[in-house]
Amino acid sequence: MSAGAGTRRDPGYAFIAPFLLVYCLVLIMPALHGIWLSMYVVDIWGDGRFAGLANYGRLFADPVFAQSLVNTLVVTLMVVPILTAIALALALALNRAGRGAAVLRGIFFSSAVLSVTIVTLIWRFILAPDAGLLGEAAQAIGAEPLPFLSSPGLALWALAITTIWWSIGLPMLLFLAGLQQIPGDLYEAAALDRASRWRTFTSITVPALKRTTILVVMLQTAAQLQLFGQSQLLTAGGPSGASRTVVLFMNETAFGRWELGYAQAAAEVLFVIILAVTLTQYWLTGRAGEGEHGR
Amino acid sequence: MAADAVAARTRLPLAAAILLAIGAAIMLTPLLWTLALSFKANSALIGNSGAALGPPWTLENYGAILGNGQTMRWLLNSMIVSAGTTVGVLILTSLAGYGFARLEFAGRRFLFLFVLMGLAIPGQAVILSQHQLFAWANLHNSYPGLILPGLTTSFGVFFMTQYMRAIPRELDEAALLDGASHWRIFTRVILPLTVPAQSTLAVFTFLGSWNDYWWPLISVTRSEMYTLTVGLAAAQMNYAQTSGLGYLMAQAMFASLPIFIVYLIFQKQIIAAMAGTALK
Repeated sequence: MSAGAGTRRDPGYAFIAPFLLVYCLVLIMPALHGIWLSMYVVDIWGDGRFAGLANYGRLFADPVFAQSLVNTLVVTLMVVPILTAIALALALALNRAGRGAAVLRGIFFSSAVLSVTIVTLIWRFILAPDAGLLGEAAQAIGAEPLPFLSSPGLALWALAITTIWWSIGLPMLLFLAGLQQIPGDLYEAAALDRASRWRTFTSITVPALKRTTILVVMLQTAAQLQLFGQSQLLTAGGPSGASRTVVLFMNETAFGRWELGYAQAAAEVLFVIILAVTLTQYWLTGRAGEGEHGR
Repeated sequence: MAADAVAARTRLPLAAAILLAIGAAIMLTPLLWTLALSFKANSALIGNSGAALGPPWTLENYGAILGNGQTMRWLLNSMIVSAGTTVGVLILTSLAGYGFARLEFAGRRFLFLFVLMGLAIPGQAVILSQHQLFAWANLHNSYPGLILPGLTTSFGVFFMTQYMRAIPRELDEAALLDGASHWRIFTRVILPLTVPAQSTLAVFTFLGSWNDYWWPLISVTRSEMYTLTVGLAAAQMNYAQTSGLGYLMAQAMFASLPIFIVYLIFQKQIIAAMAGTALK
């Protein structure tokens, strides 16, 4: 009764006010405050002092940050193409009626409901060279186990493999949804024209999946740029920083050394990169949409 | 003829079927291995996790969890936080959705855009400032402190607004002419029609909140306020990695059980909803 009684004329405000209040207090205000914080030098619990862009200058000269930025970009480049390709292949194979396909869809999505803690716990013991599952398997066939977690060259692959196993479900579902939206009469027409399987795939399926593919690639890119839990829990960023990501760098800087302003500057750099990815997606999907109109 | 073509497309080539089987094995092996380890005595696993493959099996690890107050407390915390976040999100987003979708007021378009802006702000950009704000408000180590950041979902408002927009106008115009208040129309006419959307949003919010790691990690410093995700991460670091392996794996299985149950019950809805909403 009372919620609609804000003002007689515009009850709309009463309905949106609760969300807007929480939204402004918990998201917008911290977002703006973050920009200010990134220009502040904070010492351990001390009062900070304003330092303009000094944090950003220090950041770009910091080899530890540079390494974590490169690691983040590399792991993103490892994960996104493989994940997209596997997800597309799975969707094509499982886009059919029947119990078997349904069970398989469930299996491939099942790991996505686990938390990062569980996923890394499981994979730490799989990848461990001495007593892990992979190590045992390698020894069983007489091969030398790969030191995934302790070799600088392999640590990022450990993150990538774990991440791909964990996150294959969602992109698969997105591709399945994309396939479901293709009108069946397109395929029937192709069949009447005696088009080959390959020709049908390249001239009907591929163009129709363009928007979905852009969406999957961009969502995954934004997600991998924020990779944190795997890096912290699987390898602790090591060995010697070889698998430290930007968000782990932020976490260590903020809550290990309490340099909040410096960590926030790193956050803003990552924010700009992710924003660029998001805007590229809007631009590309807009263009993909125009292309469809032209057909 | 067309039917023949459809049948041909639904049969999978042998090579693809074999690849699928291998893929499914890769997906399932880690889970089955974890399950097997969780039923083994810790002493049997020291230095030899290969011992997981055969009997003897034991329930001692699960017994240890049930007798351990901390793990049960973390489970309770996770349930309170995830349920609180879910209920909060449903209330806030359906109210806002009704306002944006069914009502006219000055600045509506602008405010809607303002809410959509939140879609572009990733968590990592605001989390340090949120941490400072919550420290100032003395909200760390509390349920409100764990729940509040999860309530700012621009996607939820967008989702509910789109859904409510699609409901025919005639339904509430008649009620409005009869003198019903907007609150009455919202609760009696619109809300019952949005149950599918509510359940979709609820499942996603619950899953996301249950699995959230970074915020509870930095917001909670007292172990009795840990959620399962953070508590188990701390337990992993504390345990000698080999001596408590079976126990750790049992904890992992135990912690995943509620979410697997949710997944099995709602699998159809989750898959349909994820697919449908993301492509809007």
